[in-house]
Amino acid sequence: MSKSRSNKELVTDVKKMSFRERNRLSGGYLLKSTLRKYLVSICRFLLLFGMCFMILQPILNKISVSFMTEADLYNPIVIAIPEHFTTENYRLAAELMSYGQALVNSLVISFTIALLQVTVCLLVGYGFARFEFPLKRLWFACVILVILIPPQTIASSLHLHFRFFDFLGIVKLVHGGTLNLRGSVIPYYLMSAGCMGLKNGLYIFMIRQFFRNIPVDLEEAAYVDGCGMLRTFTRVMLPQTKPIVTSCFLFAFVWQWTDGFYSKMFLGNIKLVSTGLARLVDSLSAYIQRMTGVLTTVSIAYSNCILATGTLMIIMPLIILYLFAQRAFVESISTSGIKM
Amino acid sequence: MKQRKRYVGLQRKKAKAGILFIMPFILGFLLFMVKPLAQSFYMSFCNVELSAGNYNPIWAGIANYIHAFRVDPEYNRLLTEEIVRMMLYSVAIIVFSFFVSLILNQEFHGRALVRAIFFLPVILSSGVIIGLESNNQLMANLANTIEQTTQGISITAVLENILRTSGVGTRAFEKLFEIIDNIYDVAIASGIPIIIFLSGLQSIPSNMYEAADIEGCTKWESLWKITFPMISPLFLVCWIYTVVDFSMHSDNAVIEKIQKVMIEQMNYGLASAMSWVYFLLILAFIGITSAVISRGVYYYE
Repeated sequence: MSKSRSNKELVTDVKKMSFRERNRLSGGYLLKSTLRKYLVSICRFLLLFGMCFMILQPILNKISVSFMTEADLYNPIVIAIPEHFTTENYRLAAELMSYGQALVNSLVISFTIALLQVTVCLLVGYGFARFEFPLKRLWFACVILVILIPPQTIASSLHLHFRFFDFLGIVKLVHGGTLNLRGSVIPYYLMSAGCMGLKNGLYIFMIRQFFRNIPVDLEEAAYVDGCGMLRTFTRVMLPQTKPIVTSCFLFAFVWQWTDGFYSKMFLGNIKLVSTGLARLVDSLSAYIQRMTGVLTTVSIAYSNCILATGTLMIIMPLIILYLFAQRAFVESISTSGIKM
Repeated sequence: MKQRKRYVGLQRKKAKAGILFIMPFILGFLLFMVKPLAQSFYMSFCNVELSAGNYNPIWAGIANYIHAFRVDPEYNRLLTEEIVRMMLYSVAIIVFSFFVSLILNQEFHGRALVRAIFFLPVILSSGVIIGLESNNQLMANLANTIEQTTQGISITAVLENILRTSGVGTRAFEKLFEIIDNIYDVAIASGIPIIIFLSGLQSIPSNMYEAADIEGCTKWESLWKITFPMISPLFLVCWIYTVVDFSMHSDNAVIEKIQKVMIEQMNYGLASAMSWVYFLLILAFIGITSAVISRGVYYYE
């Protein structure tokens, strides 16, 4: 008791001493370590500040450009803060992309697709993580294959596949010919239901890893108590999957939102923000031609300005989503413990 | 004699349930992957003729492959360029993200904010946006004017000159400087690897570092003796992810070429052949490199 007290006194004594005094007592070690600590933090600050600036700079640049008039773009004095502040660019970009409708369409499609994909991938991931069945390794190899195959490889034949759609000859029997499913949303929903959507293999892999890290005891207890397989899954396992489900859902939503490849292929005639953005420059020149009646080429600076505005308008919902769900994005990947 | 796995009783029931659970994947794979894949493989050996309402492939042997390699003026060049670029950038991305995650794992003020910023590109530079970013003329012009007006002030240019005149391995340095000049591309591609590395770093038990510290191990030594082996399995994961992600990006020159052949020239056969060559090369590359890496991987458990 007395020893600990004397220790405490020693500590308070040391705290009362001046820095120079303490440094002398430690033989110069204190000064050296404090200096090193500050030096490290300054270097770290500079490094991280530089890298963060580098990542954020394009967005900041877009924001400042999006408020400029065309005259400001050519003015060498104007760099970041516009001289003639305008919101005209936003109005024009919104009109060219038919923003309101595209936003609603994109929201509906991204939400439903993400929901469908996550549900299906959850089932499949659980199946791979928990059950032993014949050919399991083969099917899992197929999952890896799905991750590795670039969708562009099979794009052309998917095109034809859905152009002349037939399922085991059933459609031919009923309908008397093949179905043309191009230009409708059905193929993409079908593909999502079959885990063949955008990056679905990755979700299956992540979910499988997540389930493998959960101890099996709970499920075994449920089985012993006479709970069926599906019931165990919905009642016992599902409540625990919140982190991985949120992260997969957010990824599915965001990647679907910005995806151009599948959208262009299957959802070509539905107005989406992603395809609208891809066509923005073309529609700008068409618009200006219509307004002036003269065949003109739009200047690079102006079309890029409109493009920057359009990009900002598209990523704005995502940034808002990210602000709210930032923890879910970052932490759920960490908790899923991806390992091989 | 090797005993065959038998599925009886509960095991049988579980096996059935397991197959039911992965049924969506099996169906999807058979319906939407196997057929298009086989078809595209078959088409790569054919001349595909499109007519109204139908298409008919005409068997042409390996003519498409010969065309891709020996007739097409760009394909060889694009393929080699793209694969060399992929190797260099994947290494750069892995090194960069490992380094950043080491920094982000330390304690400092505003750590959450910095992490959020580093993860932002995963969201903002996906899909169509990345394609628009890469041909942003305005930014390119701006960069050119800056380079012209601030001649000689750029630190990397000065360093580059010094190293070049000293004459050490010029070509290797050129590649290195190319990567440093494009550090933005590296940074925006390393969001997910950083998160994976961070999760790995946090799962290393701290008592290892304490023990090493007490034994007189410096920080530098414990980085190589503890941190590096402990997260080596994650290097494999990140490597595969990075390579796959890089090779599928829509601003990839080979992919652009394939799309151009398919959509503008309507040559489905040639496009399929090109994409199959590319796909098999990537697959072989991933296979070889991950076999090499997994030899060095250390599993703690």
